[in-house]
Amino acid sequence: MRPLYETQRLMRGLRRAALQRGVIAILDLGTSKTACLVLRFDDAAAPRTDGVGPMAGQARFRVIGHAVTRSRGVRFGEVDSMGETERAIRTAVQAAQKDAQVRVDHVIVCLSGARPQSFGLHGEAEVEGPMVDGWDIGRALASCEVPDMGPGREVLHAQPVNWLLDHRAGLSDPRGQVGERLATDLHLLSVDGAAIETLLLCLKRCDLECAGIASSAYVAGLSSLVEDEQELGAVCIDMGGGSTGLSIFMKKHMIHADSVRLGGEHVTSDISMGLQVPMAVAERIKTLHGGVVATGKDDRELIPIGGDTGDWEHDRRVVSRTELIGIMRPRMEEILEEVRARLDLAGFDHLPGQSIVLTGGASLIPGLDGLAARILGRRVRMGRPLRVQGLPVAATGAAFSAAVGLTLFAAHPQDEWWDFEMPPDRQSARSFRRAVKWFKDNW
Amino acid sequence: MRALIVLWRLTLPSLLRGSAAIAPGERRDPAPSVWAYRYQRLMLTPVYRRLVHVGLPVGLVLLMGALWLASADHRAALATRVESIKDAVQERDAFMVTALEIAGADAALSAAIREVARIDLPVSSFDLDLDALRARITDLTAVRSAQVRVLPGGALEIAVVQRVPVAVWRYADGLRLIDAEGAMTGMIGERGDRADLPLIAGDGAKDAIDEALALFSAAAPIAPRVRGLVRMGERRWDMVLDRDQRILLPTSGAVAALERAIALQQAQGLLDRDVAVVDLRLGERPTLRLNPVALSSLRAQAAAAATPPPAAPIPEDH
Repeated sequence: MRPLYETQRLMRGLRRAALQRGVIAILDLGTSKTACLVLRFDDAAAPRTDGVGPMAGQARFRVIGHAVTRSRGVRFGEVDSMGETERAIRTAVQAAQKDAQVRVDHVIVCLSGARPQSFGLHGEAEVEGPMVDGWDIGRALASCEVPDMGPGREVLHAQPVNWLLDHRAGLSDPRGQVGERLATDLHLLSVDGAAIETLLLCLKRCDLECAGIASSAYVAGLSSLVEDEQELGAVCIDMGGGSTGLSIFMKKHMIHADSVRLGGEHVTSDISMGLQVPMAVAERIKTLHGGVVATGKDDRELIPIGGDTGDWEHDRRVVSRTELIGIMRPRMEEILEEVRARLDLAGFDHLPGQSIVLTGGASLIPGLDGLAARILGRRVRMGRPLRVQGLPVAATGAAFSAAVGLTLFAAHPQDEWWDFEMPPDRQSARSFRRAVKWFKDNW
Repeated sequence: MRALIVLWRLTLPSLLRGSAAIAPGERRDPAPSVWAYRYQRLMLTPVYRRLVHVGLPVGLVLLMGALWLASADHRAALATRVESIKDAVQERDAFMVTALEIAGADAALSAAIREVARIDLPVSSFDLDLDALRARITDLTAVRSAQVRVLPGGALEIAVVQRVPVAVWRYADGLRLIDAEGAMTGMIGERGDRADLPLIAGDGAKDAIDEALALFSAAAPIAPRVRGLVRMGERRWDMVLDRDQRILLPTSGAVAALERAIALQQAQGLLDRDVAVVDLRLGERPTLRLNPVALSSLRAQAAAAATPPPAAPIPEDH
């Protein structure tokens, strides 16, 4: 297969084509659920009422189809069994297509696993013309020294987050400005190449064309962080089923992303093992009665566990809610401690604003915000995704923040490395210029 | 039969039970097969959707029709059925023409029109070609214009405007009647048939019928003596009187010249004398030609009245 860099370029073209056709699908391929939204892009449909702004750029599209299904064959946010994953994708896409009554060919997908790793890159270049133009930006980006990402790693996101022109720092868009030396800070997120290849292959086998791929931590941050949190610095912790993603935002750019390979399914498996019940029953008990903060009342709340072994005693066990919390809490604490460690590693302490936003399906456990505040020790709030047009009420919960973020990503993608033209002859031109300079200096 | 019943008893419960039992706590979790998924996507493609919803039924109907029409018997049956329905509609009383009315034509012309029209009444008005009928009637020489229409009540009215003959033209093949436009309206056997009409003759006479009519009206004072007009060389007229007298008229201003001759007649009785030709072709020099007897007596008188010189002979021009 071709390198992911070129694939990303192709995906940009496909996304543009899909927007012209007006219909694109969003696929959030998570560990516990697969959500598919069908978006219709229609400029004319945007409500143009006085006093209503562009609604953070999400008024241009409308959700016309929606489907959620149980995920199959995904573990830790990575494709584990391709056949099962295809079944899940087919179920979700077919139901969403039926809901929208339109066929979708292009899909934008997000994945939460594949061990993301962040790198901060720096590159600089001389400005050739009087003003900074796209070529200068391309050269500045091309001059970034790509770090050793390890074998089999690919670039998922490479976003310029900061521009410096001579001594002016913190420019958001240097194009057209006058200066001599252009420098950039680039945030590069690398993931396991094989996981992405597998995912792309799954989509291909479902007759879908991938028009974009994003990290779910990033898109969850896009949808659940409010604007000033993105501006001042915040972390979005997307607690999914198989992995917990965290993305740190600053000045409206993601500057760091990481992932903990623990999630809500681990809590379920703990309950399953602790209470000796099937996973499905454990999941049901967790969602109906789960919690992380025990009170005295919970001792009296007895939960029937059920079972169909035929053993009357075994099938009529009850467990108090305190016991359940006693099983769930250590795992949640473990997850949050792990997140804490990753945040410390990323230097989250040095950000001006330090809001912590919990989102994702596993964050719906009652009392989690108190526990998170105790462990992460900062201002913690529960995040819900932005409201977009046509989104059904069933998909407005925290579990859908990655899917909603993907819709925003589809409408307004951040400029990435591959959106700028690379100077084709960057090596040869440099050496040729050096030779000319040498001649000028000596004769 | 028993085997069938056993088979039925075996299959019925499985049909009623539905799909395989689901473990409690486990949700039913169907996923579309690859082909179901592809089929749904195909059916959501607009082209296929339209093809299946519109194209397929239309194609089926067309195919069935084509198969049915493939047999010659069916085609013939269909054709006769169509014809019978068409006839049933066309031969309703409302569409039948039962009478023929001819207006504006005399008896002879009416007979001619009936002859030309050749309509077998009653006939359906769908079968009448009114344009062709009108063309046939207008082709008759005696008809100037014709209107043909089917009146409500089932009558075919042919309204013609007849040509009125104003003169008789003696031509090589006989006597022709011509109207004021110079068109021939008919032929007569003898001059006596239409003694009321003036007579003209000569090549190109009918083209100058206007001038001829003006000359005839100008000649009213000598009308009893006028035999007719002769067109000479397709450019001028000779008026022929009885006793073989001729008045030769010029190419232009013929009416004025004739009036001059008539004035001479009224003043001096010019035409009552023994004159053969009154030549008015040259306006400034009208000339007379006398009959030989008159000429000799004139010469004798002149010789008796005075000795020479005698009068110069009148040059003959023919």
